[in-house]
Amino acid sequence: MPDQLLYALEVTLNGLMAGVLYSLVALGFVLIFKASGIFNYAQGVMALFAALTLVGIQEGQVPFSHLINAIFGTEIHHFGWTVPAILAIMLTAAVMVVFAWAVERFVLKHLVNQPDIILFMATIGLAYFMEGVGDLMWGADIKKLDVGLPQGGSIWLEENTAWLGGDGFYGFFIDRLDIVATVVAAILVISLTLFSQYSKQGRALRAVADDHQAALSVGISLRFIWVLVWSIAGFVALVAGIMWGTKSGVQFSLSLIALKALPVLMLGGFTSIPGAIVGGLIIGVGEKLFEFFIGPMVGGATENWFAYVLALLFLVFRPQGLFGEKIIERV
Amino acid sequence: MRLKKLAAVTAAAITMASPVMAELVFPSLSYRTGPFAAGGVPFADGYADYFTLLNERDGGIGGELTRVPECETAYNTEKGVECYEATKGDGALIYQPLSTGITYQLIPKVSADGIPMHTMGYGRTSAANGKVFEWIFNYPGNYWDSASIMVKHALDMEGGSLEGKSIALLYHNSAYGKEPIRTLEELAEKHGYNLTLIPVDSPGQEQKSQWLQIRREKPDYVFFWGWGVMNQVAIQEAANIRYPMDHFIGVWWSGAEPDVLPAGDGADGYKSTNFTGTGTDYPIFDDLQTYVVDKGLAAGDGQSLGQVQYNRGMYAAMLAAEAVRKAQEIHGVSAINAAQMRDGMEALEVTAARMEELGMPNFGPEVNVTCENHGGPGMGLIQQWDASAQKWVAITDYIQSDREVINELIMEDSAAYAAENGIEERCN
Repeated sequence: MPDQLLYALEVTLNGLMAGVLYSLVALGFVLIFKASGIFNYAQGVMALFAALTLVGIQEGQVPFSHLINAIFGTEIHHFGWTVPAILAIMLTAAVMVVFAWAVERFVLKHLVNQPDIILFMATIGLAYFMEGVGDLMWGADIKKLDVGLPQGGSIWLEENTAWLGGDGFYGFFIDRLDIVATVVAAILVISLTLFSQYSKQGRALRAVADDHQAALSVGISLRFIWVLVWSIAGFVALVAGIMWGTKSGVQFSLSLIALKALPVLMLGGFTSIPGAIVGGLIIGVGEKLFEFFIGPMVGGATENWFAYVLALLFLVFRPQGLFGEKIIERV
Repeated sequence: MRLKKLAAVTAAAITMASPVMAELVFPSLSYRTGPFAAGGVPFADGYADYFTLLNERDGGIGGELTRVPECETAYNTEKGVECYEATKGDGALIYQPLSTGITYQLIPKVSADGIPMHTMGYGRTSAANGKVFEWIFNYPGNYWDSASIMVKHALDMEGGSLEGKSIALLYHNSAYGKEPIRTLEELAEKHGYNLTLIPVDSPGQEQKSQWLQIRREKPDYVFFWGWGVMNQVAIQEAANIRYPMDHFIGVWWSGAEPDVLPAGDGADGYKSTNFTGTGTDYPIFDDLQTYVVDKGLAAGDGQSLGQVQYNRGMYAAMLAAEAVRKAQEIHGVSAINAAQMRDGMEALEVTAARMEELGMPNFGPEVNVTCENHGGPGMGLIQQWDASAQKWVAITDYIQSDREVINELIMEDSAAYAAENGIEERCN
């Protein structure tokens, strides 16, 4: 097989893997938009906050230590213990549930029946608030996140595919972290689908997504559903934070991963969980292949803008996205 | 009654204001928040702690206490300009914005306001030409010096010839990241290597395509021009594809502890340029511990002493303090103003003996600034990350950049700036 073809195949595989990582971020947006019609600007910051909290708990860091030390003149930074990764993940998930409750109690509850733009603005405020609180709680330094996930190219894959090409072909490169992310994303999507199809709360969630008023009229608690859906989105943010944080360390740039999710949402639709996955895969593969074939002709660095161009192209033909619900309003 | 109150408040204000007027003011345009805080915090701490040390140990500089008012820029250019406007009337002697974006915005402003700006290893490279840039200084080195030092190190590794070798420049796709391209192209002509340019869009969290390209093309060296999250991701990706880390060399803004720690053992052997020493194995750190940290006066929590960015901030403060001493000596006054500070900077001479006196032996290259040369010696060293010891180790002495090539580029760029802005050359 010609090396160029093999490289294109390698780029495609890596594009699919990158797409899964984009989808993980997009999923959180979809869940909240589906249940409440809110475009949650804070989703990226939620991933950052979750990852910061996870590292903080794992390392036994004292939250707000800088503030405490500044006020009381103390020198405390750590409790002196470390927490195993699994337990730390569970504790962080619990923190995200508390966060979901707080969002409902202190923000959403007061904005019921407000126009969507007000709710959107509230999530912008929430994003900046959380970024500040995260900074105060855990500090601004870059933290290494290690929950035991493998990283680096799969040597087995490289060795067993090297024969496909010539002397210059080293075999396919696939980061083992990306493979884990793909498996986790698959489990997450299957779990979410089963949950929404077969559990009582899941059906209630779908009912709220379809029609708030009708759901209320049959006794579904809107407030409970909001807490539930923000908790699930918080958990998805935690998963995304772990995957991205393992790659780059946990730092404030992590919140910018939301930018990677926007074209995915435009393409896949804001209300479809499968759409977030398929959209992510298309964006991932599309931008990587474009960079591979066209990038060298135009000076490279095409991925950021090409993702949006691709999403816009889809929008022209399907404004609701690939899997989004078509809204027909009669006048 | 009201008049009495007003008089009392005015008197109090005057009393409080008086000592402030006599202080030497070094505004710190810091960034302790946002995506670039990991680099901004230790630099700001080092900068502030050095002046605190001078106050506590020596009673200031030449009898005048120092003050470092901080203004948070979050590495945002607009905020940086606001900070400048907010602090310049406070008797500011010098600005060090630690951002190329802010530097470009401030160049015309500080020039008009008559306040010197020191952009150590960043900013507008051609500001090294003091004939054109009267108020801007970028000693001891600039971006182009770093690029040249990287090439010289590669030359050393290859036994003196890069003929037929390939170098890939992985760079932040911004004005900052594009800075070394021209220099590396010129040096490619001189040394016969092939240069491949690989841009990464900001912020640089996703670099899979770029590293697959590097894996395919197998360049002999990867030179790296990143900042922020781009640094951590690139080093992790290099480790992922098992690129030989001792052939992966970053600019001095891509070579601090936060850049390599997230990659763990994978970062072992990664190199970068630097223009200061690292670690706390210098006598000055004993004084910092005694007079600043132990007294609870440190700007941070005292944990970052010896780190790359902390030491860099401290070095910037030392150079500013030495310029103040020179200005005091030239003008015969202790409470100098910004114009006198500029004179001090332009006559600055920091010898090896002086650095030893300051408790910083061989901490940085010797610096000699003149009216024509605001860029200093153009020297830097190569440091290498030791992952097991979790520290940077200097593996070369200070290397002199290829000033023959660089000076020509500086003259060309500064001449264009002078023509655009109607500036007449000075120092004649």
